[in-house]
Amino acid sequence: MEGEDRVTTLQARLAEAGYIAERSLSASLLLFTEMQRPLLLEGDAGVGKTEIAHVIARVFDCPLIRLQCYEGLDVNSAVYEWNYQHQLLSIKLLEQDRVSAESAEQAIFSKRFLLERPLLAAITQPQSPVLLIDEIDRADEEFEAYLLELLSDFQVSIPELGTITATSKPYVVITSNGTRELSDALRRRCFYHYVDYPEFDKELRIVNARLPEVGPQLSRQVVAFVQDLRKLDLRKKPGVAETLDWAAALLKLGINSLDAEPQLLLDTLVCLLKTREDSIRLESFEVERLVARAL
Amino acid sequence: MEERQLAHFLQTRLVEFVRLARGNNFQVGVAEELDAQNVALKCGLGNSMRLRWGLRALLCSDQDDWERFDELYDAFWHPANVQSRYSAGAGGLTRKRQDARSAAEGSRQEDIRSSDADSQCADDSDETDNGGGTREGASFAASLAKTDFQALTDPDEMRAVEALVDRLARQMRKRAIRRQRPSKTGKKIHLRKTFRNSLRFGGTPMVLHYRERIKRQPRLVLIVDVSRSMSMYSFFFLRFARALVSVFRDVSVFAYHTQLLPITEALRQTDLIRVRNSLAMMSQGWSGGTRIGDSLATFNDKYGQILNSRSITVIVSDGLDTGEPDYLAAQLARIKPRCRKLVWLNPLLGRNGYEPISQGMQAALPYLDMFAPAHNLNSLQALEPDLTRL
Repeated sequence: MEGEDRVTTLQARLAEAGYIAERSLSASLLLFTEMQRPLLLEGDAGVGKTEIAHVIARVFDCPLIRLQCYEGLDVNSAVYEWNYQHQLLSIKLLEQDRVSAESAEQAIFSKRFLLERPLLAAITQPQSPVLLIDEIDRADEEFEAYLLELLSDFQVSIPELGTITATSKPYVVITSNGTRELSDALRRRCFYHYVDYPEFDKELRIVNARLPEVGPQLSRQVVAFVQDLRKLDLRKKPGVAETLDWAAALLKLGINSLDAEPQLLLDTLVCLLKTREDSIRLESFEVERLVARAL
Repeated sequence: MEERQLAHFLQTRLVEFVRLARGNNFQVGVAEELDAQNVALKCGLGNSMRLRWGLRALLCSDQDDWERFDELYDAFWHPANVQSRYSAGAGGLTRKRQDARSAAEGSRQEDIRSSDADSQCADDSDETDNGGGTREGASFAASLAKTDFQALTDPDEMRAVEALVDRLARQMRKRAIRRQRPSKTGKKIHLRKTFRNSLRFGGTPMVLHYRERIKRQPRLVLIVDVSRSMSMYSFFFLRFARALVSVFRDVSVFAYHTQLLPITEALRQTDLIRVRNSLAMMSQGWSGGTRIGDSLATFNDKYGQILNSRSITVIVSDGLDTGEPDYLAAQLARIKPRCRKLVWLNPLLGRNGYEPISQGMQAALPYLDMFAPAHNLNSLQALEPDLTRL
């Protein structure tokens, strides 16, 4: 039962670092760190996917390098870029020194003028970092293909400089919100974990861990309310982040029980409902019903 | 010696399990058979839960797999305690089919060629060759209602139609690509290229190079009605969709009757038999009633995120809906602002004397950028300039 112990240990360490993970997630993470295969996390927005990368970096005490993907992301902003301004200046200076063209070229295409972007930075660290590739689905297919190449070879070739091979193999965490269907090739290369909304107990522990000053009574009510709210037909279901925001807001307003100030409570719901349709849909009597159930 | 035998047995079982997963549409191959051994080594066989979670992380590649995995795992490793859709058959484990008839038959290939297939194929192909839309009769509809997907793949007669659709799809693509070609006159300087070329002049940028935003072909989202009232046309549109999927880079296809299912991946398979099998898997309720509103709601909730500012949403339906027209309108109102154009192709529109007076259609009209007939290949071809311009 050695493996069992290590799952428990990791779970405890994650909890210590402020992340409440269920056993299955801890087991996935343990396997991910042991086999150093990329981990693909999917799930609705606000269930704590990005946070997982942060907490792994904290637990293993290694740097976190984050690449936020967006439409139009290209190699220049993801891998490397030359520092043109410096290069131009330096050419002028080299001209004065009457340096030969060849050595001038060597000088200006050296590492000194190379701007490392996240992907290059991630493979040139002395210690394995956690590389968080956030919302990969926002980048386009071309970038995904490039990423695949990088993840299998762990080397980057720069025409002017040659090939840079990884000095450390990063722990790669990839998150996706499902804006676009990812390629099978990428999916196959990764471990997969689907992050769902937390169960009541887990969410309660998260709230208690993050906001201990909320107190047991209110936190229980808050979590029960949000759990019920998620069962409604909303356009945007509130995630854990929203639960925490709301609990913090209630704390600020000095509400210590959900039934204390109904009007004020309605005003705080902006923390949970993020679209106009949802706030219109959730009428006050329904809020009262949810509150009554949560008490 | 005993230990080695045991180890060998376990390795074999693991490989069998990975193959079972593959048989159940998990995206896994030989590489995963090896990886599974590694995972088992890391997780240890003594701990069933860890092995389960480890294999789940390895073998699953999307939410759907994730939700099916536990059942599959239990069926394979704990067959005695589980009543499930998966069961041990003659040739290893195969997925139980829903209907009793095919369950009785051992091999899948056999049940694909069911007895009444040929007559249906003949009917269907005959229909499409005629251009469709003109023939209608109770008996014909009834026979299609119980069609499998033979007509989608089988007959030679269909090949001509498919070639036509394919050519059409390619034409559309060509148009789209030409729009992509970057011109020489950009607005921003391409620093890297400029700088690289300036070396010839000792670092003075004599020739400026420009960059500009690349134009892309639009993302196509096709939502095809395959309910009973559309059964005359749905195969034709699925063929069209399949051609689109094979030619365009960015297409998503959904089919709906009373519920909505993504079928892009199913259509993308090169092997026609597999296309048919995948579609058959999702076909419960195929050619049944229509609930456009509900189906579009599913689309919005589950897949709405694929819509972006350069997507064209094409809904293919006759608009004969059993749901509330207001609900349909509300769903269209959600789609409309999230995509560039919303197109509704209605096969009935090609018919003489048809007016879009059904309640559903009336409710939908205000949200449409384009409402056009599509009852045969010619009418689709006529749409081509519009579709490429959108």
